[in-house]
Amino acid sequence: MMLDSNYKNLIIGVFLAIVCMLVLPYFIEYYTLSLLIIYSILALSLGLVWGFGGILCFGQAAFFGLGAYSYAVFAINIGESTLPFLLAIIVPATFAFILGAIMFYGRLTDVYLGVITLVVTLILFRFINSTASPEYMIGTAHLGGFNGIPNFQTLNIPGMPDAYIWDLDFYYVCFVILILSYLGLHFLVRSSFGRVSIGIGQNEQRAELIGYDVRKYKTILFAVGGGLAGLAGALYASWAEIVTPGLFSLGQSAEVIIWCIVGGVTRLSGPIFGAVILGLLKYYLGQQTLIDNNLVFGVILVIFVLFLPQGLAPAISSVWKKLLTAKKSTRNKLRKRAPRQMQRGHLNE
Amino acid sequence: MIFGMMKIINFAHGEFMMLGGYTTIVCVKAGANIYLAMLVIAPLIVGMIGLLLERLVIRHLYGRLVDTMLATWGISMILIGIVTMIFGNTTESISTPIKGWAIGDYQVNGYNFFIILVAIGLVCSGYFLLKFTRLGLIVRGAMQDPNVAASLGYNPDRIYMTTFFMGAALSGLAGGILAPLVGLVPSWGTAYIAKAFITVVVGGPAIIVGLVSSATLFGSVNQIFAFIFNPVFGEVALLLCAVILLRILPKGITNSIFKGKL
Amino acid sequence: MNEIVLETHNLNMHFGGVKAVNNVDFTLRENELRCLIGPNGAGKSTFFKCLTGLNKPTSGEIYIRGEETTHWHTHQISRLGIGIKTQVPNVMDGLSVWENIWLSARRYHDVKQANRRVEEVIERIKIGDITKKLLGELAHGQRQRVELAIVLAADPWLVILDEPAAGMTGQDVEIMVDIIREINRSAAMIIVEHDMQFIQSIANQVTVFYQGSILMEDHVDNVLADQKVRDVYLGRNV
Repeated sequence: MMLDSNYKNLIIGVFLAIVCMLVLPYFIEYYTLSLLIIYSILALSLGLVWGFGGILCFGQAAFFGLGAYSYAVFAINIGESTLPFLLAIIVPATFAFILGAIMFYGRLTDVYLGVITLVVTLILFRFINSTASPEYMIGTAHLGGFNGIPNFQTLNIPGMPDAYIWDLDFYYVCFVILILSYLGLHFLVRSSFGRVSIGIGQNEQRAELIGYDVRKYKTILFAVGGGLAGLAGALYASWAEIVTPGLFSLGQSAEVIIWCIVGGVTRLSGPIFGAVILGLLKYYLGQQTLIDNNLVFGVILVIFVLFLPQGLAPAISSVWKKLLTAKKSTRNKLRKRAPRQMQRGHLNE
Repeated sequence: MIFGMMKIINFAHGEFMMLGGYTTIVCVKAGANIYLAMLVIAPLIVGMIGLLLERLVIRHLYGRLVDTMLATWGISMILIGIVTMIFGNTTESISTPIKGWAIGDYQVNGYNFFIILVAIGLVCSGYFLLKFTRLGLIVRGAMQDPNVAASLGYNPDRIYMTTFFMGAALSGLAGGILAPLVGLVPSWGTAYIAKAFITVVVGGPAIIVGLVSSATLFGSVNQIFAFIFNPVFGEVALLLCAVILLRILPKGITNSIFKGKL
Repeated sequence: MNEIVLETHNLNMHFGGVKAVNNVDFTLRENELRCLIGPNGAGKSTFFKCLTGLNKPTSGEIYIRGEETTHWHTHQISRLGIGIKTQVPNVMDGLSVWENIWLSARRYHDVKQANRRVEEVIERIKIGDITKKLLGELAHGQRQRVELAIVLAADPWLVILDEPAAGMTGQDVEIMVDIIREINRSAAMIIVEHDMQFIQSIANQVTVFYQGSILMEDHVDNVLADQKVRDVYLGRNV
């Protein structure tokens, strides 16, 4: 675990991120960019739970979907976006807290944890899918079954329901939230709570022998991850302007896991990095029909599990360090190929 | 399904079924006898594919539970992807070979009886194979402790291969048999895998007894709730039941109730 | 005599038909250094697991400083001020030596005190040269030492160790003996151990386990001179 608290690096990272934020819209559509940012937040949530707490959750999509649905339902009922937005964080966090308490106080570990989170995701998916008939209402909002919920109040400036935040502004808001989430987690994993959680992820029994209540820490960490996924869900709802049961699907969960594996979960930058690369890849793959998406992502997943279980982030940060020290002339080629990756990799450590 | 004993969780299992289904359909459309296609060709071909994947990917990951889960998930996606590219994302189907008949007002589907017979046959032969044959003994031994089996002169690598082949072949068979009942789409396997997976995990390490008990339990829970409310609630109830069971009996049914059985 | 700090009454731990721990009455007094010995399978490790909450005993009671802890969780027992080290080095491989010890110290102190405490322990166990290394990079003997440092950082008044010298080379064992003496200046200790030479160099009071029960309890020299104990170690039935 790379936990040197070097403020200089952090400040440079944030500065680079802001530069990225301002420059990127000139290269890629901000509509796509916003989605990538939302995915990054989602990936970050799993990265926290998995990489630092050692909890492999196969159902991160459940909290994502729950966040999106909470936002949609409350937005329809309330009509202003601030409270629904907060509730979209609180509801999944509470749900994750309860689920986590059930699992961790029952001392379930790896495989069983995977099964339960998977099953819970399936339950939610099936349940939401079956709510097509009009009796499924929460307040004035139809759950709508497989059609989802359209037409809700999207993100607005707090207190001003008519001032929608959209397009480029929405992109900036997402990016700032990403940076803030990153910073939040950055300090969280360096706090006492975070360090203990990391220790638990490393060796649960030792943590217990020292006298930490492992169950409590894991549950809280799981809830934080759930809340962050919910936040991503709320942003997604606002971005897509519709929420559908597909958000809860296994495919969605699989994607988050693949992002994390490709990016690597030993540092916070990994999942963000993975989400951005694979999000872009998916976007470009979507424009052709020759190769099936599943095939590509399946191959990527297998290759990374077999050959690069640490993911790309550590590799990239070591390349970055070499770049800093090596002579410019010998590295021209590398630089040309991947300047943006470098910045992302460096965002963090 | 034999995967319970290899201590690996195979997400691609449903896709093996799906492949079995497609193999059957392709063979039937090419003019082969349907029983030959589903009972012989499908298991053989799927078994070979399973073997290939075991050699290429999974054998590097024995003992790394989480990694195997992820890798097989990847394989599952690859298989779906390939099949989608070959057959397209449309439904393929063939008709059932046995006609139903009526008992009073109740229409009985003859093919369902056939499936039940095959299933009973498989469970019984699986039990006998594991319990009473030399091969079964070796396999059980190797699953308990690969090192001991190796020191006795059996090659655990080969045992794993055989087991994986048989597991894949079995699901190919299942896929072949079910093919006439459903419209096949490339993602067909995923619908089954969650259930199969839960059944195995909840069943616990004693393969046959665990499988039968947990499958019976889940089957009845599913049907009862589906009957009282609607099919969706049947499924939700099944899943909830699995979660509760895992919470109460974290080591599976057989570890807690049927101790020491096979 | 010093005050009794730990005792068990009729402690039983059965696995199926096997009585791994059978009606054990055991007492430990303040500042004592007690070794539990016995041949393989005598039940001493199972007894250790019962004391530390890693196994739940089948029946009987455990009292630590008057509180019944029989069915407590490990972390609760640890919080009474008990340092525990399991047989296999149980450390956080991905964290540095410093971080490992800090996590233990932080449990009982605020951040500043914890930092200071870590430095003290590092001084006391003499591992100043490896504080920045990851545990996963260390040799077996070093890992054992770091684990003792982790135990010590929590200021325990009772330390329970399971085979601290297992798998160690001669020089490492000597260091270990020094560390154990050092710890014993401030805490009572229970050490489960198999290696007779090691026991001779550290203990005075010894409890001999045999087939799940206590065979005898006496000074180490008397125990070693005892014919019954010799027979047990040579594998004869008593």
